[in-house]
Amino acid sequence: MLESRGHPNRLGMRGWLFGGRWGPDRYLYSLHRITGLGLLLYFAMHIILTSSRALGQGAWEESMARVSGPLFVIGEYLVFVAFAFHAINGLRLALAEVGFGVGKPIEPIYPYRTALDEQRPIVVVAMILVALLIVVGGLDFFVWH
Amino acid sequence: MTADSKPKTVLYRVLRFEPEGSSNPRWQEYTIPYTSGLTVLDGLWVIKEGVDPSLVWRSSCRMGICGSCGMFINGLPRLSCNTQISELGSSTVEVAPLPNFDILRDLVPDLGPMFDHHQALSPFILRPDREELEKPTAEYYQSSAEMERYLQFSYCIKCASCIAACPTVATDPVYSGPMPLAQAQRYNTDTRDDGFDIRKLALRGPQGPWRCHFAGECSRVCPKGVDPAKAIQLLRRDLVADYLRLRRPTPPAAVVEKPDDIARRPDIPEAPPATV
Repeated sequence: MLESRGHPNRLGMRGWLFGGRWGPDRYLYSLHRITGLGLLLYFAMHIILTSSRALGQGAWEESMARVSGPLFVIGEYLVFVAFAFHAINGLRLALAEVGFGVGKPIEPIYPYRTALDEQRPIVVVAMILVALLIVVGGLDFFVWH
Repeated sequence: MTADSKPKTVLYRVLRFEPEGSSNPRWQEYTIPYTSGLTVLDGLWVIKEGVDPSLVWRSSCRMGICGSCGMFINGLPRLSCNTQISELGSSTVEVAPLPNFDILRDLVPDLGPMFDHHQALSPFILRPDREELEKPTAEYYQSSAEMERYLQFSYCIKCASCIAACPTVATDPVYSGPMPLAQAQRYNTDTRDDGFDIRKLALRGPQGPWRCHFAGECSRVCPKGVDPAKAIQLLRRDLVADYLRLRRPTPPAAVVEKPDDIARRPDIPEAPPATV
């Protein structure tokens, strides 16, 4: 194909969150990516922090003291929230992406019924599970301990 | 209409772009009279014929069949001929070219990359009996149930709305996008086709279905109910089954033998001679 001489109009990362009047599944898609990147960042920080144990007892206790404030407890809870969402939504996606819960091809008669309608009950159950985990995790982080 | 009532109007905000100039796209406003039943495409014609003849877009059939007039209308990719202004729920109509494609001029997107991806996935019947395919002697056998496995995906009119709505395409130009992948599944599930092994090579890598994460926006905006998100998930199921050697390959549908023990009813005339 010839090189396009047009003006670039790709939405870019703006298209993950806005740039249109999108449906809830698109926001789950964006949230899944954002929580995934957040967990990756946490994992890298976790590896760097725990590797200080190799530098001896003093270095380990110093690095632990650095992350023991109340701000870090909230940060850890946010990591847990990201984990709860990413894990449950990830299981839903893994099943959907190999054809479970998306329905069979049908005759398209208006108003159209799509794979999103087939997924809707699964999405609702998954999000209730996420909410339950977040509440129980919150109690464990801030009340029971 | 009473003497003091004003005629209804509708405000069009249209994204304009002239490739000859070096400026970026800009919004231009037009106010036109509103009449009951006016579609977004009708409004564009009113502007072109009476206000600004330099406005450019692509359209043809005016009845949601050709797929030419896909535009980004009030925040969603839609067919402009299929969208009544009354259904937008606003007296302002914001019209821009479909995102995720370069703008050639005004409302005309460059759909070339989409058709390149489409072509790369062999969107046609592939089978070994080429002679029969090109000079058919009879029909290939296919049951109604077999046809229903792909019929929904064959309603695609290539309007590019799905590609404009896809958040993965928004950041990844290598990814084929919903339409080409749905068409790969359409032909893979056609029992007359034997091209699964050829298409599966083209579906490997970042252009294949693995970058889809089921945002489902393609299915939500499809004006024909093709449901590309469903097609992509089913395509992946078949590819995973094939990788795990769980997919049982079947030979493509055979040519139906002409029955030789029946006679044409006398009241049914002979078919006219072939014109091609």
